[in-house]
Amino acid sequence: MSDIDIELRMLVEAVYLKYNYDFRDYTGASQKRRVLVALREMECATVSELQARVMHDADAFRQLLQFLTIPVTEMFRDPEYYAAVRQHVVPILKTYPSLNVWVAGCSTGEEVYSMAILLQEEGLLERTQIYATDINPESLAAARRGVMPLERMRAYTENYQKAGGKRAFSDYYTAAYGGALFERALVDNVTFADHSLATDSVFAETHFISCRNVMIYFNRRLQNRVLGLFHESLCHRGFLGLGSKESIEFSNHAQRFEALARRERVFRKVGA
Amino acid sequence: MSDTQARAGRSDATQAAPLSRAQVRAALGGRRIEAVVIGGSAGGVDALVALLPGIPAGYTLPVFCILHLPGDRESRLAELFDDRLPVPVREAVDKAPIAPGTIYFAGSGYHLSVEQDRTFSLSCEPPVAFARPAIDVLMESAADAYGSGLAAILLTGANHDGAAGMAAIHAGGGFTVVQDPNDAQVPTMPLEALRRIKPNLVLPLAAIHALLPMLETEEP
Repeated sequence: MSDIDIELRMLVEAVYLKYNYDFRDYTGASQKRRVLVALREMECATVSELQARVMHDADAFRQLLQFLTIPVTEMFRDPEYYAAVRQHVVPILKTYPSLNVWVAGCSTGEEVYSMAILLQEEGLLERTQIYATDINPESLAAARRGVMPLERMRAYTENYQKAGGKRAFSDYYTAAYGGALFERALVDNVTFADHSLATDSVFAETHFISCRNVMIYFNRRLQNRVLGLFHESLCHRGFLGLGSKESIEFSNHAQRFEALARRERVFRKVGA
Repeated sequence: MSDTQARAGRSDATQAAPLSRAQVRAALGGRRIEAVVIGGSAGGVDALVALLPGIPAGYTLPVFCILHLPGDRESRLAELFDDRLPVPVREAVDKAPIAPGTIYFAGSGYHLSVEQDRTFSLSCEPPVAFARPAIDVLMESAADAYGSGLAAILLTGANHDGAAGMAAIHAGGGFTVVQDPNDAQVPTMPLEALRRIKPNLVLPLAAIHALLPMLETEEP
């Protein structure tokens, strides 16, 4: 094992023991890259030096956390996913009197607002409770604010239209001070909550879980844990949506989900 | 390294005719190659069309190919080559174990890495050198996973992605081959790598084509 691999393992162990954030089962290659970026930005010469700082300075940990989590997301990312949700998932969701939807690893909220817009256009938002969870408090705060960079609106509008949007995308936000502030009503029924897929357990029975490009950062052991959680949380024949290049075929739970829209990565729970 | 030194280093290693088995063995310096990574950008599809048919049926090494692709379009490269080559060609899938004798392509829109347990992982961190997938990301992670057992080939391209990756492979004891800039459709990418390292070989495409089967150092 190389020196840096030893240091990386000690860093995530220290972070776990001291702050109870569990990055021990994140995939190595991308985590290493993010720590190396943190080293540069936080002006530490070695991972060990970074570890010492983080151990004795909670602010330094909060800073490191912004590097360890990956807040790269966009609204209606992979429009075909949302189109598939409209086509395959919504008709069945409409048969329930009330709904629980879980956006797991919601980051800065782009996916939450996208999902809320979709549910509103399908007449489901009022009877839906959305749980939007993440481990990064700064991301959750940003998600609650619901202000997106204005310069992204052109790309998001294009995504929204491709995703089967039924109105003008600009109906949903007010442009002000270089930001796009999204309608508060969209998130009236959203609970933003701190929840760790690595350490926390199931908190509600859900009908639909959207967890996109989160498990690609997890190793197979953690992926297994999370798919187990999802299976437990989902109601009978509940739906699971993943990122466009995610696979569950190498997981222990592969047989417990069936593909509903294979290309768009929409799955359905099978079994109890 | 100055430009003059880089040029001098290049002329040392550039070969006009394909290398003999003995020359390749000497260049490999006792390395046991376990995997091959090939990166390219502008002109890269043409280069791979010329290069990959050098891989014979029954090839035992996994080969990772990465070209810069527009992020919003699905790549059809794996399909295209699967029809033309005698070995299986697949897009690299998240968490999939790496199989011997298979050519893998990095898909569009995600970075591709090789994990230490020899599986693939994808990530959507920001682009590196404007590219996602980035050659540096794949090469640096493959260097960590394979060390001196990795052979890397950097082809034609119009930016500097790949140079840091080649440097990491070089530092990890891996075997590095850069396409001769004079032979490349766009020489920027090979030149950037040559500014960073003195690779084991600098070769035109035809010679790299002949080199590929000789990278199998284990008797089948």
